[in-house]
Amino acid sequence: MSVVVDVLALGCLLTGAFLCLTAGLGLVRFPDVLSRMHAGTKPQVLGVLLVMVGAAIRLHGWSATWMLLLVAVFQMLTAPVSAHMVSRVAYRRRHVRRDLLLVDELRTAEAQDSVHRGDEPADAPPDGRVQPS
Amino acid sequence: MDVVSVIAYALLGGGALLALVRLALGPSLLDRVVATDTLLVIIAAGLAVYAGLARDPTVVPVLVVVSLLAFVGSVSIARYVGGMLIRSAAEEPPR
Amino acid sequence: MSGPAAVQLRHQLPLLGWLVLVWILLWGTWSWANLLSGIAVALAVTVLLPLPAVVGGLRVRPVPLLGFLGHFLLDLVLSGAQVAWQALRPGRQRQSAIVRVRLRTDSDLLLTIIAQTVSLVPGSLVLDLDREERTIAVHLLHVRDLGHVELEKAGVLAMEDRVVRAFGSTAEIAALDPGSDLSPQGRSTP
Repeated sequence: MSVVVDVLALGCLLTGAFLCLTAGLGLVRFPDVLSRMHAGTKPQVLGVLLVMVGAAIRLHGWSATWMLLLVAVFQMLTAPVSAHMVSRVAYRRRHVRRDLLLVDELRTAEAQDSVHRGDEPADAPPDGRVQPS
Repeated sequence: MDVVSVIAYALLGGGALLALVRLALGPSLLDRVVATDTLLVIIAAGLAVYAGLARDPTVVPVLVVVSLLAFVGSVSIARYVGGMLIRSAAEEPPR
Repeated sequence: MSGPAAVQLRHQLPLLGWLVLVWILLWGTWSWANLLSGIAVALAVTVLLPLPAVVGGLRVRPVPLLGFLGHFLLDLVLSGAQVAWQALRPGRQRQSAIVRVRLRTDSDLLLTIIAQTVSLVPGSLVLDLDREERTIAVHLLHVRDLGHVELEKAGVLAMEDRVVRAFGSTAEIAALDPGSDLSPQGRSTP
């Protein structure tokens, strides 16, 4: 019985660590801030949750378990908030590869972003609407 | 047991290294914010993995602090960059 | 004098309870001393750093809540796996999309829960929330074609449906119905 539980805990820890690796990989491979934000939020939240579950199973004593539960809840509450704040600023400052967007309904709805000529990523091609080439 | 810990630390170290690569490369400030956020959470995950593997609950309070620090840091930098954005929009007359 | 104060206390009560709970969880053990010091700290925090009161409350319905939580956990696992696969697989990054979805609820708290949940489920991230228009702008990590975009939009609306059925009042659940008179505006997406 305890062997099964132990294997389960180790599996959770390893899967969580693997998801952290994919978070780093996505961070390097994805092309713009918004996609990198996805890589930073999703596998990371799941990875941290799995690591917390694994650690909570292996640690004896309720005190540590409660604290790990608290960390998991904080992670779920705060990750979307920080992701939203960073990605909203990223969109406004035009850190977006427009050529990779299939649809951009935010832009057609409020044509205000031509004012905010931010520092665009160096590898982004010139934007057709603002700079007709 | 040793094999498991080596694999887990290798995976976490690889993730942290890739986040560092993005932190060094990142063309803009926001890329670096995202990378720092991810790096801190990977560190938190590493602490939890250590606590689980060594059955050592002393690092758990550190975990709470690190995970909250990641959030506060990225939110305050995002607000700072957003403030710069508002100011530059106010200074720059619309075309 | 006691009227507004009592109303304010009732608004602050869930926050106080949450703070006390966090305090006890941080200490890790339950004792009367922890409870009393937690109440003292929570009172100090809410008096020194007051937050605006949340308008409207939540009504928790247990059965839809369980359905919502089950869906949410499933979506969380799926989203992690999908994004991890996106990061791992060879080849260039595929197309993304930014879409606007008009929601049907008009409550701050429900909109917050919906936005949080949307940010955590597969390949979507809330970019912007227009409170007057009740629309959220969502960034989708990977879309195949326009049909897939419509599918994702329908997914966001289904998520809203589950959240409102778990937490909303009767009027808010009725407003979900497209044919109902309670929704003041049409629900066509712009």
